[in-house]
Order: sequence, then structure tokens, then C-alpha cells
Amino acid sequence: MATAYDIAMEQAQFEKDGSAPVVAVESLRKTFGSHMVLNGISLSVNRGETLAVLGRSGTGKSVLLRLIIGLETPDSGSIRIYGQNIVGLALDRIGEIRKKMGFLFQHAALYDSLTVAENVAFPLVHHRKDMHSQERNDRVKQLLAEVGMEGNLEKMPSDISGGMQKRVGLARALALDPEILLLDEPTAGLDPISSGEIDDLILKLQRERRMASIVVTHDLHSAKTIANRLALLDQGNVVIEGTFEDLQQSDIGFVEDFLKLS
Amino acid sequence: MLIDAAVNSTIGLIGGFFEWFGNLGIFFWQVLRAAVTPPYEWRELIRQLDEVGSKSFPVVVMAGSAIGVIISLEARYSLSRFGAKSLFPATLVYSVLQVMGPIITGLVVSGRVGAGIGAELASMKVTEQIDAIEASAINPYRLLAATRILACILMLPLLTLVSDACGLLMGWFAQTLVDPLSFHQFLQDGFKGATFNSFLPQTFKTSVYGLIIGLIACFQGMRTRGGAEGVGRAATNSVVLASLFVILADVVLVKFILVVFP
Repeated sequence: MATAYDIAMEQAQFEKDGSAPVVAVESLRKTFGSHMVLNGISLSVNRGETLAVLGRSGTGKSVLLRLIIGLETPDSGSIRIYGQNIVGLALDRIGEIRKKMGFLFQHAALYDSLTVAENVAFPLVHHRKDMHSQERNDRVKQLLAEVGMEGNLEKMPSDISGGMQKRVGLARALALDPEILLLDEPTAGLDPISSGEIDDLILKLQRERRMASIVVTHDLHSAKTIANRLALLDQGNVVIEGTFEDLQQSDIGFVEDFLKLS
Repeated sequence: MLIDAAVNSTIGLIGGFFEWFGNLGIFFWQVLRAAVTPPYEWRELIRQLDEVGSKSFPVVVMAGSAIGVIISLEARYSLSRFGAKSLFPATLVYSVLQVMGPIITGLVVSGRVGAGIGAELASMKVTEQIDAIEASAINPYRLLAATRILACILMLPLLTLVSDACGLLMGWFAQTLVDPLSFHQFLQDGFKGATFNSFLPQTFKTSVYGLIIGLIACFQGMRTRGGAEGVGRAATNSVVLASLFVILADVVLVKFILVVFP
């Protein structure tokens, strides 16, 4: 059985090897029935870097994140986390790698029978068993303060707005100090002010924690604000990958249309 | 053409039946594997013991009491016709403890707990809460399914004892209103010649009902698709299938007990 020690040793070895990407997907294919969602895409993210994955609805952006965290299995291709291919890996080993990842779901996916504080404490309760309850409470308060939700500890998820739920989801994703952050539509369904606040929050976290982040969004403004690089997906393929300026200078019809209409 | 359609439909139904059983078997294996490997979810197990046991207590008391009164009324009438009123205590004791107590408890719990588990897990599934648990490197089979199934297995025999006690007490009470008989005398006559084998296997067979109820409800809940409609379907299917399989299992268990504990 793989232990946290094994994973840490592999990671240390990987980091010693140089500037290889923290997350690298290669030739990734995924179909649902006869519908091809991802058609052999390749992307990578380095430490401290934020990659925004853009595209129309249904182009497989969220599926890409679910594949990276192991909630879906690809038909073919590889997903390397710290150089370790997680495709076909045993559940306990994926579990150890998942502890290094934070995932913000599109609709936050907060546990609706738990309070805001209990939601954030949930990963700590299960993975930091050595943590004293007072220490855990302090950590939860600190995480909620980081996302501006310190005054809502005892509220239920149903009692707070969509934007606040995303903030709590983000605090929960950060609970185990992840080195990789996966954000699925962090600003979807939010008003422009809340979107801006979430963007600022992500930027602040990136500055402070230097995580490798992948942000799936169709909000071009948000992507431009928070990402170092952008990748535009269409029909399961990466149409273009680069900085926002690279996209602006592109003469690919789809890219021009996407920028014009966004 | 009509025959072709009928044949295809039948093949589809049979295929679906075997597919359902195959998936249930895989699900059971995953739960079993998760249940026997650490870390153990004691806190959640205790919560589920309360959820299944304490919260089913009132409904089991009412159902058991009603069954006791019904058997008392029917038995008094039938036995009087044959001049066998002296057999009333034994008839009531054997009817409640060997037949009605276990099956009624199984059906009542499958209605209350089966629907509850099915709807709760289905709701968690469609709102991505189960994915969020998995993304937090926590095995949902261990946290959600194993604890609920184990709680059902442990609580069913205890609830059956409660139901049996209420049935006997209320059956005696209904009898003594029209034909006074001391409770001590009632018990002495009722349990005359009885051994532990007369009642213990019937009580502990309800652990198998618990396994069936928990397994089917968790399985239906955790594989739900399709929003509110899917949640409703999962709850209904959990109750219907669990009740049906409890009755079918009883057929096998009665024969088994008669052979093994003659």
C-alpha cells in the first residue's frame, strides 16, 4: 500500500529533477457513449502558475478537471501529477495524491447537513486526526477569514448566497494546504462584483501559496485577470494555448469569434 | 415485427436484471473492502446507529404493539371456536416472536430507513457532495455506505426485540381486558417448552434484513442520476426493492432456520 511517505519521496525526487510541470496531461481522450468529449488533449501547469481553460459549454472543461482529480477515468492518455501517472492507480494511492489537491466544484458542493464551519473542518477531521479540536477550530476560522466568511461559521449552506457558498467551497478546498488547486467555474452565476471579489481572492491565494492552479471558466474577463496562460477548447481539442495577448493576436476564426463574443 | 419487439423487450429486461445484480455485487464488494480496511469511521457509525436505531424506535413500537393487538384479537376468536383458549399465550408468543415481529420490523425499517438512506445519498449524489467527499481523499464507500449498512445490520435485531416486547405486552393487554390473565401467568404459559433456538435465530435473522435494506438503499442512492426526479426514483426504488427482498429473504431464512435449528 502506498503511504504518504512514498508519495512525498516521489515528489521530492520529482522536484529535484528540475522544472517539470506539476500537472501534465498528455493525449487525453474521453468519451461518454458515442459522444467524444476530449479528443487527445495535452496541457501542463507548473508550480505557481495558473492555467485557465476556456471554451463553450459542453466542450469537456469540467470533465478535464474531474479526470485530473480521478473522479473520471480517461479512455486513453496519461495524467501526471508530480510525474506520477494516476491513470489506473489504486484508490489508496490516488487518495494520497488527492490530499495534495484542492477542488472547487461549480456549484460549491457543500455538505448541506453540515454548517459552514463543519464543511471547512471536514477534510481536517478526516485527515488531520492528530489535530486538537481547538487547533482545528482556529484553523477553520483562519481559512474562513482568508475568504472573507469569518462571520458565518454556524450558518447552513442553504442560508448563504451562491457567491458565499463558493467562498466556503474555496476555504474547504484549501483546508489541507493543497499544492494543486482545481477550480470549476469559480465565477459562474455570480454578479460582476462577486465575480471580481472571487477573482481577487484567487489572485491573493496564488500570491501567498504559489499553487499550481487550473481554472475552468467561460468568463474571459476572469480568465484574463487570474491566469498566466489560457487554453481554448473546442470539440475536444485545444485550439490555442498561450497568454491572453497570444489569443488576441491569433487569426484562428474560432478564437477571434470567442474573443469577440465574450 | 410485433414478436421481434416483444423478444427485444424481454431480452432487454433480462439483460437489465442481470446488469443490476452484477452492479449490486460490485458495489457490495467495494463496500466490504472499504469496511474492513482502516481508517474506520466510528463517529459516522455511531451517528448512523442513532439514525437507524433511536429514530426508528417510535414507529417500531407502534407497529409491534398493533401487531400484538391484531394477533390477540384474531387468536382469541379462532381459538375459542375450537375450544382451545388455553393455547392463547403460546399462540401469541410464537406468532409474534417467530413470524410477525421480525418481518414487520424488517418492513417498517425498510420503509423508514430505506427511503431515508436512498433519498439522502441520491440527493448527495446529484449535488456532487459524494464527488466532493471523494475529491477530499475520503472513500465514500467507507464513510457513507459501510457505516449505514453496518448500522442497519446491528440495529435490526435490537429493534426486533423492541417490537416483540411491545407485541407481547399489547397482545396480553388486549386479551386481559376481556379475559383477565396475569402477565406472569401469560409468560409462563406462552414460553412453556420454549428454548433459545425457538426465538434467537428468528430475531437474529433480521441482521440479514438489515444488510439487504442498507445495501439496496445505499446502492440505489449512490448510483442516482437526474436531479429531483432521480432522487424521488431512488427513494421509491429503495423502499420497494428492500421490502421485496426482505420478504424473499424471509422465505429462504425460514427454511434455513427450520433445517439448522429444528
